[in-house]
Amino acid sequence: MGEEGKKSRPAPDPNSAKFKLGRIAAKAYTDAAEAKARGEMVGWCASNFPVEIPETLGLYVCYPENQAAGIAARGGGERMCSISEGEGYSNDICAYARISLAYMKAKEAPEQDMPLPDFVLCCNNICNCMIKWYENIAKELDIPMILIDIPFNPDYEVSDAQVEYIKAQFWDAIHQLEDYTGKKWSEERFREVMETSGRSSRAWIDATSQAKHIPSPFNGFDLLNHMAVMVTARGKEEAAEAMETLLKEYRENHEKGISTFRAEEKYRIMFEGIACWPWLRVTSQGLKSRGINMVTTIYADAFGYIYEDFDGMCRAYADVPNAMNLEHARDKRIRLCRDNHVEGILVHTNRSCKLWSGFMPEMSRQIGEACGIPVASFDGDQADPRNFSEAQYDTRVQGLMEIMEGNKGGAE
Amino acid sequence: MYTLGIDIGSATSKCILLRDGKKIAGSSVVAAGTGTDGPEQALKMVLEAAGADRKDILYVIATGYGRKKFQGADGEMSELSCHARGVHFVFPDVRTVIDIGGQDAKVLALNEKGRMMNFAMNDKCAAGTGRFLEVMAGILKMDISELEREAEKSADPASISSTCTVFAESEVISQLSAGTALPDLVAGICQSVAVRAAALARRVGVREAVCMSGGVAKNAGVRTAMEKELGVKILFSDMAQLMGALGASLYAYDAVRDRETSVQ
Repeated sequence: MGEEGKKSRPAPDPNSAKFKLGRIAAKAYTDAAEAKARGEMVGWCASNFPVEIPETLGLYVCYPENQAAGIAARGGGERMCSISEGEGYSNDICAYARISLAYMKAKEAPEQDMPLPDFVLCCNNICNCMIKWYENIAKELDIPMILIDIPFNPDYEVSDAQVEYIKAQFWDAIHQLEDYTGKKWSEERFREVMETSGRSSRAWIDATSQAKHIPSPFNGFDLLNHMAVMVTARGKEEAAEAMETLLKEYRENHEKGISTFRAEEKYRIMFEGIACWPWLRVTSQGLKSRGINMVTTIYADAFGYIYEDFDGMCRAYADVPNAMNLEHARDKRIRLCRDNHVEGILVHTNRSCKLWSGFMPEMSRQIGEACGIPVASFDGDQADPRNFSEAQYDTRVQGLMEIMEGNKGGAE
Repeated sequence: MYTLGIDIGSATSKCILLRDGKKIAGSSVVAAGTGTDGPEQALKMVLEAAGADRKDILYVIATGYGRKKFQGADGEMSELSCHARGVHFVFPDVRTVIDIGGQDAKVLALNEKGRMMNFAMNDKCAAGTGRFLEVMAGILKMDISELEREAEKSADPASISSTCTVFAESEVISQLSAGTALPDLVAGICQSVAVRAAALARRVGVREAVCMSGGVAKNAGVRTAMEKELGVKILFSDMAQLMGALGASLYAYDAVRDRETSVQ
């Protein structure tokens, strides 16, 4: 079982970024459900699929990864994983996939419902397991699957040839969606969406970069919640507005010397990997109780896309963390560590994500060496609560803290 | 002046009573860990061994998995830092500590001052830990302390390839029924533990001198297999199982000294 029960908290200020972002994240589901009820076609969409395409076409889409995270965070991960395992899926498969495949069968989850899809939009720039996961959904529901293939890039930069390869697929995806849904692509609307997505992304990245201040004006775990809007709604006007509010709040926090990290910030770490959603409170509390603030994570920044035109969009989607080569991914993290005065790295060895967990031991070793900071890792899972041990997590975090304390000269 | 270190593990409770930060006045090991009366028993035994009284102890540091549940502690530290400190006290030249306990395996990198600079721990799996050896000894109907003598007789250790304790259990049973000699089987089991811990050690980086601590270090079969696997000499002390408690007692001494300094 994951965590149980939450403390009751006062309702947030409706003008706050937290309230606005929470409302946008929830509205993404209700908008899709209402569209479905009106008889419109809705899709399921991979988190790193170019959201600009369905947004420009005026199509409503839901995000299975986002739904799975929500279900897991609210305690339904084990139940849903068991359903798909009963269908024959191995427990070695990504727990987001298992939850999503279970939802396709069960068609309901009290933690987070969403309408069943009329089409699925897949992009493998984040993982390749997703291809089979989406293929199974498409096959079982007898609906079309549109796949954009963005292979892992072994080179440091994205080449023009790669952009051409991706651009042709983007147009093919657009034309397939036009044919299937009857919606029409509009260059004018695309420019609006692109500009809005850029506004959201700039504000988001600027907001996350406020952790450069000591103490940080925010608790890094906030980002894990707020990023849901960057995944699902970055092309929407209200998302850009909410992200700009978030940035304003963080700047004000810094000026006033306050923070959403409700403890004395004694240590600053980078968190590596997807959040351990079923144990979010335990993992957060294990840090906060020791004065450790997770000030940065590539996972949050990954959903900020800044580009100027269609080609730039293709390039941006080829340059996401799980599709870029190790040296490039390492250098981005080193920059985050240096810009945000990071003193240690905590790596989530995520049983669900073989790709991320596979390259991380070597990459984190290189980052730790380059920055002269300690690295600790813990076993867990982004959505299956059975792959986490609280006592083991606690020992590793304490060990990391004791090294960081020693590095400050506090213990010899 | 006495300080106490108590290491409450998953399978055992260990105490070290330290006098003036230098001399070990008493030690105790009780084969009952967190969630039992093992910690209290270990405390009682160490006081008796040293002829001391509870009120003579100025500071107590608890470590190990049960460190947060022990009521009588003034502070707690991870077993990682405590093992590093304890080993450094006994072997100042050690730079790599391989600590295999009841339910986990750790490798610690130490600097020249004995401070832990990096570490790696086993994943959420009992293979390569003391529990693995206990289970295997159980199948072979042996006491765990008999494993090393049996392993010494082996010329050709059997291969135990399963990475999971449950699957390895089936593998050992299959090898038993296939007629594999007991010494070879036991040596293979020890080797299997060593191979897993050695992989962790390589991840951290093996710098000599290398020392093994924790309960499993008492098993010469595992130590020998580790030496072969890593190609380095493994230092060992009879106090291997007590290194965490020793480190905790040293940190407790530091706390008393810091307190006295701040009062002055």
